[in-house]
Amino acid sequence: MRRQIPILITTIAGLVFAISYFIPHDPFGESESIFGDWITIVQAFAVWLGALNLLKISFEKISNKTADWPYAAIIVVSLMGTLAIGFYDGYSGMAQDPQVSFRDPGTNFDWLYRFIYTPLSATMFSMLAFFVASASYRAFRARNVQATLLLIAGFFVMGGRVPLFDMMISPITDFPVFSWFADWIMTYPNTAGQRAIMIGIALGIMSSSLRIILGIERSHIGGGSG
Amino acid sequence: MRSYLEKMKASRVLLLVLVCSLLLVSFSTSLLAQTDSDTDTPADSIPAIAAPAQVTDLKAFDTDNDHGHSITIEWTLSADDGAGAKSVISYEIMRWEPFVRDSVMAARDSLGWVQARINKFEKEIPLAEESLDEVLTGQPFLDSLSFLVAYDEKDTSFVLTSEYVDKTLRDTIAAMKRDLPVLKVRAPLLPARFDSLLILLPKEYGKYPDATIGRFDSVGTAVSGVTSHENSSAVDSRSPGFIPDFIDYYYRIDVQTSDPNIRTTSEIVGPVQSSGQWFNSGLVPVLIAILVFTILTMIFVQLAKKGMDLYVRPLAGIEAVDEAIGRATEMGRPILYVLGLGSAADIATIASFTILGRVAKKVAEYQTELNVPCYDPIVMAVAQEVVKSAFIDAGRPEAYKDDIVHFITNSQFAYVGAVNGIIMRDLPATNVYMGKFFAESLILAETGAVAGSIQIAGTDEIPQIPFFFVACDYTLIGEELFAASAYLGREPELLGSLKAQDYAKAVLLASAIIGILLINIFPEYGETFKSWFEVID
Repeated sequence: MRRQIPILITTIAGLVFAISYFIPHDPFGESESIFGDWITIVQAFAVWLGALNLLKISFEKISNKTADWPYAAIIVVSLMGTLAIGFYDGYSGMAQDPQVSFRDPGTNFDWLYRFIYTPLSATMFSMLAFFVASASYRAFRARNVQATLLLIAGFFVMGGRVPLFDMMISPITDFPVFSWFADWIMTYPNTAGQRAIMIGIALGIMSSSLRIILGIERSHIGGGSG
Repeated sequence: MRSYLEKMKASRVLLLVLVCSLLLVSFSTSLLAQTDSDTDTPADSIPAIAAPAQVTDLKAFDTDNDHGHSITIEWTLSADDGAGAKSVISYEIMRWEPFVRDSVMAARDSLGWVQARINKFEKEIPLAEESLDEVLTGQPFLDSLSFLVAYDEKDTSFVLTSEYVDKTLRDTIAAMKRDLPVLKVRAPLLPARFDSLLILLPKEYGKYPDATIGRFDSVGTAVSGVTSHENSSAVDSRSPGFIPDFIDYYYRIDVQTSDPNIRTTSEIVGPVQSSGQWFNSGLVPVLIAILVFTILTMIFVQLAKKGMDLYVRPLAGIEAVDEAIGRATEMGRPILYVLGLGSAADIATIASFTILGRVAKKVAEYQTELNVPCYDPIVMAVAQEVVKSAFIDAGRPEAYKDDIVHFITNSQFAYVGAVNGIIMRDLPATNVYMGKFFAESLILAETGAVAGSIQIAGTDEIPQIPFFFVACDYTLIGEELFAASAYLGREPELLGSLKAQDYAKAVLLASAIIGILLINIFPEYGETFKSWFEVID
């Protein structure tokens, strides 16, 4: 019973979605947006589930004095501090004209967002540039035939994306060799490869969905694949 | 030093003189140009724009394959659009609206506003009462209802008369006023009655072309050169510009020129009604593909059940899971499993749950440490169940701990920062990344490579596959992620579906080759063949 009810719900929901894709008429046509609203509501509640889990794990780490407990303490202080500042700034409600919200520009919460959260996120994202360089260095080593082909393709694609390479070769030929070859690689071999993967993914999603709707695939609700 | 300063000063003076000269020249030139243009084309000599030719072949019909509430208008361009006098700049689509519709909607919106005030703020009841008085006594739109004579299509005995509508409006407003003190408690949603009234308004209510009971309103604009327009609304009757189904509409197109006073009106077309369809005929190829795929799956599932040997090529990434767990056990280090940034509704995340179950079972058997930091709270809840079940299946329920699967944050780069911190502090022996990944894929995988972990990744996000490919030891590419559950389970039903997938791929490949050959050798047949696959959504 513990497994049959989730399978039944999954099957019914899957079939409703599959049918509503072909039927634009009400109520099927609107089912996706109705389910979407439900998901939004469930997710809004689930955020609390996540926050409580985070607090529970962090408090356990602090009380047990595990190796990385200071990080857990920082999490708790940051979470509580952000919450307190948000509540302090408050929200006037929708009926108030003009509305005053903790998310408005100039509030304490906005200060936290702009001067702490955003720079920290940008810092993490900017690390990508360095990781691209280190990953490229590892990938573009001509260890075998495939790696050598990758190196050559990478050289032309990168060279074709900046005008410098075409300019360097201009005394020999007016034809923009690098940008032409880069475009050719991106338009033909690259697109063909991506489409092949895309077709495989589409069929894989279709097959997985069918397995889930028919109840053949049950591993996602726990306990083995069958 | 001094001579240098003097030189600087001199050059500044020179620059100033140069700029002033340039300004003087440009000012004189513009003055001259203005004088010239004044002389050449005085305002009163601009030729008047002639009225443009009207559009022809105007058609209005219900939009195909939709949920209703939409009418498509098509026309042939005016003779002066891009040709002739070339005076057309746009087309204004005009729809005839009876006054009664505006009246009902205005009453509904007014009452909705009043009720919102009552429901939210008790102290505003006097204000609401005042508003109701205004609606009841002073609003001119109630007077315009007196012409309505029509009927309800479903109930032939019922007659929706002007008196009925008028009374309904007045009764509703009076009821709201009477119940004012208790409305905030029981919230009867009286304005909702107006929605049903709008739907009830029958097709004859307009009786076009009686101009005394309605007018043409603009419902959209199309720029010159465009020959069609879709006049549509949302299904919700409270949405702006709502178009009820099964009601007569009349349209005309006004050809506009650069002079707002000069426009040409077309003939009027109608009546036309909108309605929803019960099958989207533009999706027939998709339906056929799904049916064929389902039949193939069922055939292969049956064949597998009868004992047919179905070969599935080895998936190195999945084969490596056991080896990686063994390595972690030997090294005494944990295994990090990242489910990605997808939601529990993503198929990639569901496929990842399957692999997580397998990993968790092995972890329980080998008594290794597992860490599953989650981005989404719902994913966390599902993952907790999967891991718990796997520990029970392995016969070690006591080894399951609540902190194995835990929530981090649903902010992308904060999550990356936290997971990178875990990698660098715990130095896991194995990192598994399965699910939906975006910009964080390379940041995670490179950090894992720096930490010296064995890394296995799989995603259906095509742009992220190269990143995983260069930074990880094993990568499941696209469909391999979805095949993993069947590969791990080795059950006939699952393997059968996998085989059906392979044959469907072969059918697609054959279709592509046939299409390429036909379009190049017999273009006419090729076009026909191509049209079989066209989907109109």
